[in-house]
This record gives sequence, C-alpha cells and structure tokens, in this order.
Amino acid sequence: MSAVRVIDPGPLAFVQDLGRPGLAALGVSASGAFDRAAHRLANRLVGNDEGAAAIECLLGGLRLALPAGTWFAVTGAWSDAVLVTDDGRRRVEPHTATLVASASELHLGPVTHGLRSTVAVRGGLAVPLALGSRSRDTLAALGPEPLHAGDVLPLGPEPAAPVPAADLVPVDPPTDGVVELGVRPGPRHDWFDATAWSLLLTSEWTTSARSDRTGVRLEGPALARVPDLVGVELASEGMLRGSLQVSPDGAPTVLGPDHPVTGGYPVIAVVVDAALDRLAQLRPGQPVRLRLVAGRR
Amino acid sequence: MRLLPCGDRALLAEFATLEAALAAHAGWSSAAPAGIVELVPAARTVLVRLDPGVLGLGAAEQWLTAHAAIATAALPAAGLVTLPVVYDGDDLAVVAEAWGCSPHAVADRHAATAWVCAFIGFAPGFPYLVPAGAALPPVPRRATSRPQVPTGAVALAAEYCGVYPRPSPGGWQLIGRTDAVLWDADRASPALVTPGTRVRFTAVRP
Repeated sequence: MSAVRVIDPGPLAFVQDLGRPGLAALGVSASGAFDRAAHRLANRLVGNDEGAAAIECLLGGLRLALPAGTWFAVTGAWSDAVLVTDDGRRRVEPHTATLVASASELHLGPVTHGLRSTVAVRGGLAVPLALGSRSRDTLAALGPEPLHAGDVLPLGPEPAAPVPAADLVPVDPPTDGVVELGVRPGPRHDWFDATAWSLLLTSEWTTSARSDRTGVRLEGPALARVPDLVGVELASEGMLRGSLQVSPDGAPTVLGPDHPVTGGYPVIAVVVDAALDRLAQLRPGQPVRLRLVAGRR
Repeated sequence: MRLLPCGDRALLAEFATLEAALAAHAGWSSAAPAGIVELVPAARTVLVRLDPGVLGLGAAEQWLTAHAAIATAALPAAGLVTLPVVYDGDDLAVVAEAWGCSPHAVADRHAATAWVCAFIGFAPGFPYLVPAGAALPPVPRRATSRPQVPTGAVALAAEYCGVYPRPSPGGWQLIGRTDAVLWDADRASPALVTPGTRVRFTAVRP
C-alpha cells in the first residue's frame, strides 16, 4: 500500500476529515476540519471524496515524503511550498493538483497569509477510524494522535473519479487585514444590555494568541451582563461551533470545532455558518469585526 | 417550552425542569425529520442543530412546537448500571458539611440514592447524574480546580454526581472511585451510561 511519511509535522499538524456529527448525546463534539472549504477544495482538486482525511497543519513548516505517482494539493493558509527531489527543487502552486513524478519531499514554508493549511493526497489518508471519523478532536483526545516525525500515513485506494482537469483555482489568500464575521443572536442575547451589544458590534476585536481548535478568544472591551444576572450561574447547555460565549469577566470566545459539547457561559451571539471557516485562518493579533446579519429571529 | 434563537443553524429549546428537557430529547430523537442533525440534551435545554439547506429555522420551529406533546412523556428509561465504588475520596468532609452528616454517612446516602443520567457533557462519556427521587442538598464546587482528577473518580457538584471517564482537570468534590470503564471508544456502545440510564452505586472495599 502506498503511504506518506511525516518528516517534520511543523509546529502542530493533525489528520482531519469532516468530523463525527451526531454523537453529542455521548459527550462527543463533531470536530472535523477547521477550514471546511479549504478541506473540501483540497480533496476535490485531487479527485477525492470531499470528506476524505487530509492533513491540517498550523503555521506551515510541514515536511512530507511522498512516493512517486502521488497527487496532492495544498489549500487554506498560503506558504511558499516546494517539492524537493534528487534533481532539485520545484515551486508548488497553491490550489492546484500536483503530480509527484519521482519520490519527493513536500516542504511547506512558514505561512504568509492565514494560519492553517490543508494538504490532501489522492486516495485520502487511511488511518484508523475512531467513532466513524479520522478527525483528531484535541479536547476529547479522540482520533489519530497529532502528527509526529516518522509517522507513516497509509493512503486509501485510488478514487473512482479522475484528477479533475481544472487548471489553477482562483482562490484569494486569507485576508491579512480586518476580518468581518457575521453573527446572529444567541440564546442568552438578553443577558446583555444595549451597551454590551453596541460594544460587541462596533469594537475592533483582536484575535488572542490563546486560541486553538477549542475556541478563538477575542480581546477587547468587557461585555457586562444586565445587573440582575451578574453572578448568576447558567445551567450547562448545548454549545455549537461558532457560539460566542462570554466568561464572567466579560471576555468573548468563539467556539471552534473541538468545543466542549455543553458549557455554562452565556452565549450572546453565534457566528453564521458562512463565516465559520474564516475563524480557522485568524492569526494572533489580527483584528476582527462582528456584524449582525439579518435573519428570521 | 421556550424556543430561543441560536444563530442561523440551531434553536435552543428551554424547559422548566430537567425531566421535561430529558423527555423532549427522547421524544424528538425517536421521530426527528431529516435536517435535524443533532439534539444535545442538557440541564434545562435541548440544543437542536439543523442543516438549514434541508430544514429551515421556521420549519424546524413548527415541527418542534407541533411535537412538544411527546416532550411531556415520562422520563425515558435506558437500563440500569451498577457501579462499584470505594468511598475514599479526598472531599468526603466537604460533602459531609454540605449535607449536614458525617463523612461515613455521605457514602451511605450516596449509595442509597437511585440516580439517573440527565445528560453527558464536559468530556466523552462523563455523565451528569441526578437523584431519581428527592433532591440532595447542593454541593459547592472547589474554589480551584485540581489539575488532574484520576479516571473513575466519583464526584459531586451542585445537584449532580459525575464519574470522570479519563484523567482530566476537575473542580468537583471527590467522594470515591470506581473501576468501571465509563468510556471506551472501541466498544460498540462507547459510553457506559447515556441520558436516561439509571445508576446505582454499591460500596466495595479497596
């Protein structure tokens, strides 16, 4: 069986697919690729099922040994990527299926735009399933361990679909400037008064370095509760990817794919589905603005 | 039942009691239409996660309201699990104070109580158990979390009893330990206790 070998995982790299939804009643989050669009695109580019397992790597720096005849694609965060063979080095275009003619090493440089890159390989990574998924859930410690140097990741069978003939896919790199995230009211929107809501929607927030797949912390003004609810404990309730929970000190955190299934901090707002992938690419220090999106409720 | 907004792909149903929330979760789970991706039961709520491309928020709201009747059915019964416990936890004295009894009586009272799993949260397979009958006095959380609570620790906080499925930080008061395996991802049913499961604890010697 064909396999990919990890030479260097870089700062942090995981195997991810589209997660294991439907197990929340057992205390298990959906988890899955943080940048779902990048994951799907990388797989489509090499003719895989969109949900095939791929590598999600943080900050670049990943080095993989790829056997001859392998197709791969890199999406998500941008970095200078090169394919190194005995004959020399060749630049790898992002968002393009690349064929490895002879056994080579893929080297991703440090990320230049965005934070998380996806590397899909044709056939998908056939590591063992855990509860129906190959995703690493970092909070629950479920699924494949974070990648280590020397790991051998077997590839699945040749997919039925050919590698699409598409040339370069014109995808903009993740933005370096202010990122706008649409939100809708959350279940505890009324635990916060007009002042807090005004701060929420008019402040320029800063992405905290203390962010991970569990949640992205936003630094800025404190969001105070209405006076009657200060110090009140909320009974634990179900959480969602994108839930914007506010801790007792008034700091908001947007929950990521590996969020706890239930939580006891009030959720003032929820990031809309269309904006969730942008969370994956927020760099520490990057400014964020929240915008209220019109909707049914 | 109140339906609260929860972004563009979920609703949060809130109930007056834990029993009503559990019954709604059981009733809706058995009849959920396509487009309801997940139902997450908790203390007073059920989170209803949707695929808005299949079932919109409005349609989901109508369905949940129309089927609120089954939400008043009796508490679901999902079998009985008996957990052997060595009652030697470090926080027996704290619980004894909250309950107004001796540390020894804490063990007796805990083992004499019929518990039922309200929901799973915190970690895979971590059950939030409540007394099936009369409530016990609430137990305060620890002021600071322990960095590492061992697997199988039996603990109390607020109105709940929990069992740690794996080592993790924890702020609950420890009263004992069990060698029952609460979570095994390789087992056909990974969680030993699921919402609705009745649980009894029996004291064993170390």
